[in-house]
Amino acid sequence: MTTTTVEHTEPTALIKEVDVHLTIKRFNPEVDVRPHWREYDLRLKSSDTVLNALIAVKGTIDGTLSFRRSCAHGVCGSDAMMINGANRLGCVNLISSVGTDLVIEPVRGLPVIKDLVVDMEPFFAQYRSVLPYLIANDDPGYKERYQSPEDRARFDDTTKCILCGACSTSCPVYWANGAYVGPAAIVNAHRFIFDSRDQAASERLDILNQKSGVWRCRTSFNCTEACPRGIKVTQAIEEVKRAILYDRS
Amino acid sequence: MAAALTRGQRSSRQNFETWAWFFMRISGVILFFLALIHMYIMHIENDVTHTTVSFVARRWANPWWKLFDWWLLVLGLLHGGNGLRTIIDDYVKKPFKRSLTKALLYVVGSGLFLLGTITVLTFK
Repeated sequence: MTTTTVEHTEPTALIKEVDVHLTIKRFNPEVDVRPHWREYDLRLKSSDTVLNALIAVKGTIDGTLSFRRSCAHGVCGSDAMMINGANRLGCVNLISSVGTDLVIEPVRGLPVIKDLVVDMEPFFAQYRSVLPYLIANDDPGYKERYQSPEDRARFDDTTKCILCGACSTSCPVYWANGAYVGPAAIVNAHRFIFDSRDQAASERLDILNQKSGVWRCRTSFNCTEACPRGIKVTQAIEEVKRAILYDRS
Repeated sequence: MAAALTRGQRSSRQNFETWAWFFMRISGVILFFLALIHMYIMHIENDVTHTTVSFVARRWANPWWKLFDWWLLVLGLLHGGNGLRTIIDDYVKKPFKRSLTKALLYVVGSGLFLLGTITVLTFK
């Protein structure tokens, strides 16, 4: 299993202090009619993360800046944001790897609540719609449902999803069409469709065989590029498409 | 939202959207070769300014070239038309406007198909 992908930098370069220029898209629903840009200059270590930079802005320059973060280690998936035009997690990208001149925006395709905080509810509603949990109604007769390492490996890639939404919010179809379930929901359906212990693959395939399902995907590969966990998202979507095409159950 | 189906109820395995996608994959591969050959003949082997009626007459004396061009017409229209249908589904949100845009697409597509087919069949 791979962990969250982080670019490697020379250890000595990380100690260096650098001037960082942040351009952040701000929006306060109580005051603003439309979003606007605010610029901030600060001095940080090049080993600091983008999230460190945002925390520094909030703590020392402008306390009104809003963003989500929780674990700050690339596991909880709270701080997906658009950094220099690409969806990334703020917490796992170092200044040394993304640069000192940063343009930070909220992810696209979801309504902005404030600054970098977006309403994730449409995203989670889509996630719930694909039945993202084990469905097995028979009694296994023992405490665990056994699975061979080979069967486990079949869906290993899609177990890595942390539901940060970087993939769905990088998808051009998702931006345009709110009915599309999006790559993240398909990845989480894939995780159970190809699980040998699960018995509801056909139900999920029926859900994803609708107009709002996998057929909206145009294989632009934005999702695969955006995934901070390195999941082959487009491949997972194509495997679900093929499963529907070959379905004879 | 997607979860409109009730649990345990199976409508059908494959549907129109499944086959529309499959058609795009197959026709895409065929069109790749048809369009490349067409491009080579019309723009590299011959100058496009010389494609006169007599040029077409010489070419279409062979019925296989008629069939080739007809397939290019049919697959091009269906592949392009289905692509546009998908894009309309994504970008035209109001139901009435969407139906209208799609109706226009189907009318124009059928018109071009009829026109092309009549030309291929009746050309002398």
